[in-house]
Amino acid sequence: MSESFELEIFRYCPEQDTEPFFKSYEVPFREDWVVLDAINYIKDEIDGTLSYRWSCRMGVCGSCGMMVNGEPKLTCSAFLKDYPSRKIRVEPLQGFPVERDLIFEMDDFMNKLTEVKPYLLRKEGEEKPLEEGEYLQSPAELAHYKQYTLCINCMLCYAACPIYALDSSFVGPAAIALAQRYNLDSRDQGRNQRQEVIASHKGIWECTFVGECSVVCPKDVDPAAAIQRAKVSSTLDWFKEMMIPRSKGK
Amino acid sequence: MSKSNEPVLWLLFSAGGMISAMVFPMLLIITGVILPFELAGEVTFERIHNAVKNPVVKLVLFFVIALPFFHWAHRFRFTLIDIGLKPISFLISLLCYGGAISGTTVTAFILWRI
Amino acid sequence: MTTYRKPVSNTWWLESKPYFFFVIREFTSLFVAGYCLFLLVFIAKAGDSQEAYTTLILSLKSPISMVLHLISFTFILYHAITWFNLTPKIMVLHLGEERIPNALITGAVYLSWGVVSLIISWLILGG
Repeated sequence: MSESFELEIFRYCPEQDTEPFFKSYEVPFREDWVVLDAINYIKDEIDGTLSYRWSCRMGVCGSCGMMVNGEPKLTCSAFLKDYPSRKIRVEPLQGFPVERDLIFEMDDFMNKLTEVKPYLLRKEGEEKPLEEGEYLQSPAELAHYKQYTLCINCMLCYAACPIYALDSSFVGPAAIALAQRYNLDSRDQGRNQRQEVIASHKGIWECTFVGECSVVCPKDVDPAAAIQRAKVSSTLDWFKEMMIPRSKGK
Repeated sequence: MSKSNEPVLWLLFSAGGMISAMVFPMLLIITGVILPFELAGEVTFERIHNAVKNPVVKLVLFFVIALPFFHWAHRFRFTLIDIGLKPISFLISLLCYGGAISGTTVTAFILWRI
Repeated sequence: MTTYRKPVSNTWWLESKPYFFFVIREFTSLFVAGYCLFLLVFIAKAGDSQEAYTTLILSLKSPISMVLHLISFTFILYHAITWFNLTPKIMVLHLGEERIPNALITGAVYLSWGVVSLIISWLILGG
């Protein structure tokens, strides 16, 4: 079969253009090709100036996220054969400033990941000295947070979130899911420290549970659920602090 | 403090949402179809009248109506902000929660008077 | 370095089905508030005289009342269904290592809804 596909790709070259534009390329169709294969073909055979991110090409590194026909996807996991119209529009991930072509600025996201303190925190004086060995954790305790460890930082959830598109100061799905990964970890005692960011106006309370973040997540992390659960626990916290002003919870 | 006081508003929103979801559909069927067309036989005025005058019923009715008002206020506030009214978000909060407070007051007033 | 920011229009919610249905879901709250107002009228009349109450019941047979009830019912039903379907996201329960399946929680919520509805009709309409 010699069908060909048309890829309409967003181009932006800041040294030359002030405005972005779309450029169409014709690529051959292969049954097993994904959109990333088509983009690589373009770069190799047609237009070497096309810039984009990719790495593992198997859905674990989170590098190749782009808008494919308006939907945030990992281009290494979007098969050409799933687009029977044979026309695919590729744009950089929504909600982020575009540096060039399909490459966007990740700084805001990287900052947010650090803001939520993504490491085990222990209370003052409750650090276990090395000689006493590891912090033990049962399989049941692991099950509580395991899902939130699966995030590959692909940012598809930020692209799917209309709240983030409207206001990039929103902490966002992946960052909050990451915070929950530690909050729900039995070895961690730092939930209260993360609350300053998570329970702020720019944190969970910006979220209106659109739910698209969880729909597009390629790893089934379910950040929407992480956020709603954080709303429940933050509300309980709030009441605890009202009743017992000095009690700070975990 | 950067920690928000949204939790209370969210709790009211959740409670109102759960109540309206659980209770309103059946009530709509009752007030929309069953009562006007007498599909459940004769439901006398006395029965309804005595029911709404009962203090326990009044208390239940208060929450069944007041909490959904707050559900609306919280949800509508965010919806208006999301469809472009962010610049006047303070005014929107005022109107929404003010509306809910008014609705709650009217509810209490009506229940008190009957 | 000049980065490009795609402008977000206020009609963003018209651009995709999930966004559109999300906004519809949020707008159901208007009908919730509207029905609250109706309930207040109903209760006020029910607590008043036989004439006031009967007049109200008669007016509920009018086409306007029926249309409003139908539209409100559609929206409030949509609110209820989306609300119940989202419950397992908020209520995550574990039994040891196993996570209680979402379907079980959703089923329990719908069952409660059925029971509550039956209780309401029994209380109002009689046995």
